[in-house]
Amino acid sequence: MNATGLTDTPSPDPESAPEVPHPRRRRTVTAFLIGMAVAAVGTFLVLALLVNIFTRKQEARVPFQRLVEVDESTTDPAPWGVNWPHQYDSYLRTVDHERTRYGGSDAIPKQKLDADPWLRTMWAGYAFSLDYREARGHAHMLWDQDHTERVLQRPQPGACLHCHSSIIEAYRHVGDGDVMAGFRQVNAMTWNEARNLTNDAGHPLVAHPMSCVDCHDPETMRLRVTRPGFIEGIRKLKAAEGIDDYDVHRDATRHELRTFVCAQCHVEYYFAGTDTQLTYPWDKGIRAEEIEAYYDEIDFSDWRHGITAAPMLKAQHPEFELWSQGVHAKAGVACADCHMPYRRVGAMKVSDHHVRSPLLDVAASCQTCHRVPEEELLERAHVTQDRTQGLIDRAAAALTDMIDAIRRAKEAGASDEQLAEALRLHRRAQWRLDFVYSENSRGFHAAQESARLLAESIDYSRQGVAAAIVAGASPEGTPQVVEASPVEGVTPSEEAPSPRE
Amino acid sequence: MKKRIWGTAAIGCSVLLGSFVGAGSYTFHYGEGFSYFRKDPASCVNCHIMQPHYDTWLKSSHHAVANCIDCHLPHEFPHDFIAKAENGWNHSWAFTFDDFPEPIRMTARNRRTLEDNCKACHGPLTDQMLADHHRPDERGAVSCLHCHSNVGHTAPPR
Repeated sequence: MNATGLTDTPSPDPESAPEVPHPRRRRTVTAFLIGMAVAAVGTFLVLALLVNIFTRKQEARVPFQRLVEVDESTTDPAPWGVNWPHQYDSYLRTVDHERTRYGGSDAIPKQKLDADPWLRTMWAGYAFSLDYREARGHAHMLWDQDHTERVLQRPQPGACLHCHSSIIEAYRHVGDGDVMAGFRQVNAMTWNEARNLTNDAGHPLVAHPMSCVDCHDPETMRLRVTRPGFIEGIRKLKAAEGIDDYDVHRDATRHELRTFVCAQCHVEYYFAGTDTQLTYPWDKGIRAEEIEAYYDEIDFSDWRHGITAAPMLKAQHPEFELWSQGVHAKAGVACADCHMPYRRVGAMKVSDHHVRSPLLDVAASCQTCHRVPEEELLERAHVTQDRTQGLIDRAAAALTDMIDAIRRAKEAGASDEQLAEALRLHRRAQWRLDFVYSENSRGFHAAQESARLLAESIDYSRQGVAAAIVAGASPEGTPQVVEASPVEGVTPSEEAPSPRE
Repeated sequence: MKKRIWGTAAIGCSVLLGSFVGAGSYTFHYGEGFSYFRKDPASCVNCHIMQPHYDTWLKSSHHAVANCIDCHLPHEFPHDFIAKAENGWNHSWAFTFDDFPEPIRMTARNRRTLEDNCKACHGPLTDQMLADHHRPDERGAVSCLHCHSNVGHTAPPR
């Protein structure tokens, strides 16, 4: 296509011939031009491919560029985002509003107390009967706690900030470098005192929701836990399992940490003692009845029920505890495997920091292990959740009946001694129902365990109804008019013995 | 006069063609093109997508007896090279344009190849189990992988 032009027959008389190219020469020129274009386009594509291969190789070789220095005091995630833009971008998306069948995060989160009116009866006399909304994404955790009626209308301690903000730097400042000491002091503060802490330069110390530094070592990016409550709690749990001197920093594997970083906060806890020390009740284990046995032993209650006056326990959000009893935990699946599945960005593998329900991304979360169509996996999850919800509804009806039966027995004049058994059953039934209801998976984290707890709850409630009827049948006390007592703030101090005291 | 123009054009064209061949050769070299003609499992992690599969294969029970192509390519010539070319094209296209769904999955054809290769070694055992000689199909008839998905490497690496 190139050299053929040279052998072209010259025109007999170039001077006089008209300016019309010879047909064969025209073909040759066309072929020449086409050949040139093909070679040019080919070279263009080959170089584009070369650069693409180069880019992929670089992506695999240099996972990040450390452009900005971050350290233990960098609670603001934005500077980290300069170094780790992919993780930061997905972290920012936790502001998103998305819904699943049993949960969601709307701009104004749904008031669960209106959706399930029995909650007001279950938590009568406690601040959760004032305001209890659906949980939103991580990005909202500090703002939402600032604005809940539980905090606005009732006194709450600084201990709440342990999990509602990036708090470790504040602990370090308050404790003069000693995080554990600072933790104890901030726990004992009021919410407002702790919320408005400043450093020596006057900058606020509590300014961000949970962020990068709470789970990552700023030097090495290694996963780590930072929350004092968890560090102490897991130590007690391991001791209960027969492992002495457990140090989570030293002994936890990377894979365990992919669960522990979440378990720093997604757990059951209580405020111990008059100085509201945040404590994880894992001394006897983490199953619902093991936690209950611990609370019984130290004679703890979160509040007195507003109608029955029974000493109650409030289950917080025992995700780690319930998950531990499930089939996924047994199979070695960590929180992050489903809630932060890997995404590929070019040749890089990045864990998705847009932490959310796996039901919103079944392909990335479930199909890595389950080679089954998405619709079927979603259906399986919904079957578990629907069944759990059915049992929750029955347990709620039974609990409401029991509270009503106890109220009527009191009005008939049943004495406290006569009602002791009914009140004991009230505490048991409510704890189990609350444990499953307040846990954020609608039973999915451990389907059998959830069903077992709800079955026990229903049984205790119905036993409680019977006990109340028996007590009310031959009253030995004075009839009383039972009105709901006023709503309390956090833990009445005299009823919150500290294990450290 | 005309001859000189054509001569210059021819030289220019040769240079362009040479550039194409040169750039192409270097790209082939930089993309480790020759490695794909060999059997070394390390070639399969050139593009990093397979890194977790490779890493877990190194620790797997089959590590000592089978490498990537023993299970994933037909054993006879020229079927092995045809499959290599077909998959090579698909993988290159997917990785270059970054347009494939995750988690990645085998095609039906590659799955059949894999099943055949299980039986190529384990035939004395499996022939009796698969007496009707039916191949496992997409509707999920008897498949080695259904139960033994982790013998070669762990599919979902963490």
